[in-house]
Amino acid sequence: MDSLYSLIDGFGTALTPMNLLWAAVGVLLGTAIGVLPGIGPAMAVALLLPVTYGLEPTGAFIMFAGIYYGAMFGGSTTSILLNTPGESAAVVAAIEGNPMAKTGRGAQALAAAAIGHFAGGMIGTILLVVLAPTVAALAVDIGAPDYFALMVLAFIAVTSVLGSSRIRGLASLLIGLTIGLVGLDQMTGQQRLTFGSLQLADGVDVVIVAVGLFAIGEALWVAAHLRRTTGEAIPVGRPWLGRDDVRRTWKSWLRGPLIGFPFGAIPAGGAEIPTFLSYVTEKRLSKHKEQFGKGAIEGVAGPESAASASAAGTLVSMLTLGLPTTAVAAVMLAAFQQYGIQPGPLLFEREPDLVWGLIASLFVGMVLLLALNLPLAPVWAKLLRIPRPYLYAGILFFAAVGAYAVGGEALDLVILLVIGLIGLGMRRYGLPVLPAVIGVILGPAAEQQLRRALQISDGSLTGLVNTPFSVAVYTVVLILLAWPLLRKVITRRRDVTV
Amino acid sequence: MNTPAKNPKNWLREHSELGVGVLLFLLGVLVLTDALTLDTDVTGRGPVGPATVPLVVGCGLLVVAVLLTVDVLRGGRGEAEAGEDVDLTEPADWRTVLLLAGVFLAFAVLIGPLGFPVAGALLFWGAAYALGSRHLHRDPLIAAALSLFTYGVFDKLLGVPLPGGPLMGVI
Repeated sequence: MDSLYSLIDGFGTALTPMNLLWAAVGVLLGTAIGVLPGIGPAMAVALLLPVTYGLEPTGAFIMFAGIYYGAMFGGSTTSILLNTPGESAAVVAAIEGNPMAKTGRGAQALAAAAIGHFAGGMIGTILLVVLAPTVAALAVDIGAPDYFALMVLAFIAVTSVLGSSRIRGLASLLIGLTIGLVGLDQMTGQQRLTFGSLQLADGVDVVIVAVGLFAIGEALWVAAHLRRTTGEAIPVGRPWLGRDDVRRTWKSWLRGPLIGFPFGAIPAGGAEIPTFLSYVTEKRLSKHKEQFGKGAIEGVAGPESAASASAAGTLVSMLTLGLPTTAVAAVMLAAFQQYGIQPGPLLFEREPDLVWGLIASLFVGMVLLLALNLPLAPVWAKLLRIPRPYLYAGILFFAAVGAYAVGGEALDLVILLVIGLIGLGMRRYGLPVLPAVIGVILGPAAEQQLRRALQISDGSLTGLVNTPFSVAVYTVVLILLAWPLLRKVITRRRDVTV
Repeated sequence: MNTPAKNPKNWLREHSELGVGVLLFLLGVLVLTDALTLDTDVTGRGPVGPATVPLVVGCGLLVVAVLLTVDVLRGGRGEAEAGEDVDLTEPADWRTVLLLAGVFLAFAVLIGPLGFPVAGALLFWGAAYALGSRHLHRDPLIAAALSLFTYGVFDKLLGVPLPGGPLMGVI
């Protein structure tokens, strides 16, 4: 019941004219970014981190959340009309959505996707309202060892669950941790990896790392391999659904969140796995199996609903435990650090206005998104015609603005370029970027919690596992680490029984 | 098996990922050296001093460097990242990347003397040119408009100061 009152208070915060404006800016930017190829929500939020220097936190987070949800909506438009997904979460939407558009049912595909996102986002956000305070209450007593355990979980999860190669994930994480080490040691004030430079003594700003890896690295990588011919979007009218379509899709809209939400909350790569699982489920349950692959509307509705619900699940882990499970969440965590706010169980107690205003604004944003996307989808599709040189020159431009805004130093721009070149090399050799970003953001905090925990236990390593919470988290870590081995055993046993 | 002795240049090109292992190794050595040369007199606070975590990270880097090298020699390859505008079938166009890096560095040098509006416009124009845009009139116009607009939004609206330079002094 308490959450309901808090939520109503939250609407009080979210519906002030200024915050409504930020929500609108967020969903507009988010949709545009989702539609545009080559620029994802993580890059967009990273490029917007400089606004944290001028804007109060509630407005900034309302805008960031709007971008996250909006990018999910917009990404499916590109998938359906161009067959090249604007977001990794929208890959599945192309499988059925694009054939639909080719056979003249693009309007229905867009509508099924937009309403799917709305349904998934609504259900996911309702689950967030119900679950987040409970999780926060359970975790409210956690101390230094528990925080450290959570961060170890984040490190292990991003390196071993994501990507195809654990070694490369680990390499990326260690690069991030190294960048995080640069500067004065927080406890003793010793200079580490500064090479006597005064500017490096402050450390490398998280904004610069996030912008460098996500924006500059991506722009340079695309520049090295720019596709000279761009596809033409299939022209489409205003999205609408017939009665038959609604009869086929409403169950898919409701099923999607059940798959998407839990996968968003755990560090398993965001929306990619749940959208795929949802697609497989819809195919299995459909009465029109023969249409799959040729334009089955359920194959658009279910996965898109799952995608938006996973975004809500991601917010649960980030707000209640400070555990980023996707790149966007990692960058939002960096924004929290910019404001000196520690996301975690205490966030709901210390910053109720911010948290509940943010959650309420998600509902507002969803309604805005539905209103923006249903009638305006053909207008958004026009964005696909932007010349690629302008798009990537623009990314470089805004990255430069962001890095310069950090401290007004030209040296920051040079560091930004160096980190961007590292990001380029990582993309070339298949090193995932996310572990590095998580390493930079969580590394220093993890070190502090580790040292605090060991200080309390007077150096005894048992001080790291002396709470039930930390033991539980380490168990999960061990399962993740042993997973490839376990899987081998399981499949072998199955082979034997068969 | 392929014959590395016959064509060492090709072999190196196919195994360029070994360079990543070398870089990681060097980074590890750097982190370890820095950690070991830390002033140890003031580490009296708590059982874990400022050198502990760097030591762990440095050793981790060395181990990963070796593992990655072994993986590459056994035929493992990192997959180059795909994307909507990325065409991996063509060879990489490093000239464009170099040009963009140069334009970016020029921006870093020019923002002080010229101010943001001018340097920013040059950055956008230069980057668009490097990426293949050849509209003589449209490109600089868009660059100037974008730069001025951004300057206005950040400096005046959001309160994030950017240097106006001599141009803003005139206006």
